[in-house]
Amino acid sequence: MTPKVFKRPDGRKPEETRPMTAKVGVIPNADGSAMFSFGDTVAIAAVYGPKKMHPQHSQNPEKGTLRCNYNMLSFSVSERARPGPNRRSMEISKVTEWALEPVLMIDKYPNMVVDVHINILQANASTRCAGINAAALALAHAGIPMKEMVSSVSIGKLDKNLVVDLIKEEEDFEEGEGATDIPITLTTGGKITHIQLDGKINSKELKEVLKLARKANKEVYEVQKKALKESIKF
Amino acid sequence: MERKVVIPGEVIVSGEEYLPGEGTEKRGEDIVAIKYGLAEESARLVRVIALSGTYQPRKGNVVIGKVENITFNGWMIDIDCPIGAFLPVSETPRYVNKDSMSEVMDINDMVVAKIFGVNGRGIDLTINLRGLGKIEEGIIIKVNSNKVPRVIGKEGSMINLIKKETGCNVTVGQNGLVWIKGDKIEDELLVKRAIMFIAEKSFTSGLTEEVQTWFDKNKKDKKPAKAEKEEGEEKLK
Repeated sequence: MTPKVFKRPDGRKPEETRPMTAKVGVIPNADGSAMFSFGDTVAIAAVYGPKKMHPQHSQNPEKGTLRCNYNMLSFSVSERARPGPNRRSMEISKVTEWALEPVLMIDKYPNMVVDVHINILQANASTRCAGINAAALALAHAGIPMKEMVSSVSIGKLDKNLVVDLIKEEEDFEEGEGATDIPITLTTGGKITHIQLDGKINSKELKEVLKLARKANKEVYEVQKKALKESIKF
Repeated sequence: MERKVVIPGEVIVSGEEYLPGEGTEKRGEDIVAIKYGLAEESARLVRVIALSGTYQPRKGNVVIGKVENITFNGWMIDIDCPIGAFLPVSETPRYVNKDSMSEVMDINDMVVAKIFGVNGRGIDLTINLRGLGKIEEGIIIKVNSNKVPRVIGKEGSMINLIKKETGCNVTVGQNGLVWIKGDKIEDELLVKRAIMFIAEKSFTSGLTEEVQTWFDKNKKDKKPAKAEKEEGEEKLK
């Protein structure tokens, strides 16, 4: 059997991400904001707060609260999406909260809330990863104390081939074992704060996936770092 | 050590001799940033100065706020900050009859106060010092609280320039509210435009000189007819 190289629809190498761009301070009215994109997937995040939690009954007098809101804009996909929250967006909001909370140091803000609004301007798979990356940048920009940064990337398995940063076309791959999508969020220190799995994979391959994720996340981190550092001009 | 931009989780310096200051944390040997901003070191103390984000109240800050509520022993003041601020009756310079507290300061009155304590539950204010107290007249504008150091300038150079050029009395609250009081409304509006100019250009170096030239240009144009026109523009904005 000849080792044949798996060909991706957009001609990328298996471990290659799409070109990434990041920018902070895109929303002047917010306390912190950022934009992050993986190729065609564009997410913007705005952070408001810490501010007093409303309604009062959801205040936590022990520590601060993080509240995320993920939203896909109606024009972000080729067929108009019905605006407003739905099952999928509510789930992703919650997952984003869980991915970001471990690095935030908001226990010094009792009865207060940090609001994060993530909007997807353009979608071509990996929207939750782009959203988490933008949210992490926006939180840092808002001056919220954080232990470290988080960066997120999705790893896919197409039949038996592992690839980094899926696009929509690859998500719909149907040959062989079909497509598996694994979004992973890691801290700078390499700790996992979020991992999801949509499809089938065995434990040996999953270890391989983590190895790829660590490598790809370093690249994401570098892009985030550059965006934050370059937003201040002297 | 020269100043540099740091991001959360980044190691600023490493070594036993350094002490962690504001916005930093010690992890083993390293001093790590927990906030995004400018890192600087003085006398072995490493700290991070935030450049964006909300106003963080600190002891000793002079702030400008609005009376939100009157309680039996003081006033609740809104100083544009998530934690509530309280000004007790005991911290006023004169005797206040508890039955007529609204005569001293009523709801929606503006006040210049100093923070004399920040604890987990709230901020305590005082007006028992010179220059503090209720604002009777003038205009109040809002700038981003992170730009306040630029509006004041090094050792007050910028604010003194504004005062000298316009003859107005300017009080800058650390929370970003600025109280301007002059003899003529035109002077007050000129100060307002000057401060907006500073806030816009806050990253340029040699800003004081630039503001000086800005004043030279803008004051020359101030013929009566033109001044009226400028005022109209101000309203449009």
